[in-house]
Amino acid sequence: MSLAVQLTVSDWLAFFNHFLSLSLLAVGGAIITAPDMHRFLVDEHQWLSDQQFTSSIALAQSAPGPNVLFVAVIGWNVGLNAGTGMGGGWFSVGLSALGVVLSLLGIMLPSSILTYNTTRWAQRHRDKLGVRAFKLGMAPVVIALLVSTGWLLTAGHNQPAKDWPLWLLTAVAMLLVWRTRIHLLWLIGAGAVIGGLGWI
Amino acid sequence: MPEHQPLQQPRSKTDLFVSFTVLALQGFGGVLAVVQRELVEKKRWMTREQFVEDWAVAQILPGPNVVNFCLMIGGRYFGLGGALASLAGLLMAPLAVVLLLAMAFGGVSDAPWAQGALRGMGAVAAGLIAATGIKLMSALKRNPMGLPVCAAVMLSTFACVGVLRWPLIWVLLGVGSAACGWAYLQLTHQMLNKGDAA
Repeated sequence: MSLAVQLTVSDWLAFFNHFLSLSLLAVGGAIITAPDMHRFLVDEHQWLSDQQFTSSIALAQSAPGPNVLFVAVIGWNVGLNAGTGMGGGWFSVGLSALGVVLSLLGIMLPSSILTYNTTRWAQRHRDKLGVRAFKLGMAPVVIALLVSTGWLLTAGHNQPAKDWPLWLLTAVAMLLVWRTRIHLLWLIGAGAVIGGLGWI
Repeated sequence: MPEHQPLQQPRSKTDLFVSFTVLALQGFGGVLAVVQRELVEKKRWMTREQFVEDWAVAQILPGPNVVNFCLMIGGRYFGLGGALASLAGLLMAPLAVVLLLAMAFGGVSDAPWAQGALRGMGAVAAGLIAATGIKLMSALKRNPMGLPVCAAVMLSTFACVGVLRWPLIWVLLGVGSAACGWAYLQLTHQMLNKGDAA
């Protein structure tokens, strides 16, 4: 499944640079830049197989933590492929670690510097009319975006005859979170079991 | 009612690190629902209103939303050190977990049962995110734009993003700046009225 590829130092720099350049485009989350990562890593350079790309995202989704970690798994797999190209073993581990560091650092560094400085500025000027108006005006937009995200994730499964159990599960989870204080992990666990058993 | 208890604060950078580690490890299919539950409802570091306002900023700036959010919260209480402590908490343990999974089960995620489990978790995660949005609507009660305008803004955002599937950036620029402009007018109005009353 893994490819054997050779990456030179300048290839690694190009790899790092690609993630750096995507960072400031990731408005709304790193996942929206995934198509461009696919274009660069899979189509253009063949550093990663299509299947590795897809399973990287799936694996990160099944694990806890922020979604951005899918980028780390992609970096890991590129390093793994590069290590295989050099004979595997410790090369693989070392290059995988390099892939993780470069990809995560690249995707997060520019946006984090911007965010930290902007929000420190906004905090100092939080009583200014412009800052208050921005936060109050964006509040309903952001709330609607959350509901839309839930909706889009559900509507992606668009065959009513087959997908209605999924919709039902989403609706039940929504009601339980909204109306009760049940621990979220129980719900996720129940979803995994129901899905793993093939009921939905 | 928990709504009226006084707000708390993170005690130290260690507290930030631990708190974000704990919530990151519970976040399957996105951390947002857990952040709201833990920081607003359990720890009471912020009100719903403050959470929505901070989330708005985290959302509109580029970069992963939760990463932006934890940089903001950490930075607010303990400066750069606090921001880095929060970020390390958010990322380190989950990164270790996901890489261990990648090493152990590189190909397992393609197995039918694993795909099924992912489908199930994804469906639940969709419900969690939507419910978080619904719960936060109560934060709009005191918004100076007024409830009808807030409802109209929400409906148009939902229509653009959820139904028409327009790119987020145009919706933020279009609907977002119209709403911010209206909020600005209302705030100015409020201040003038206050000036008259005084």
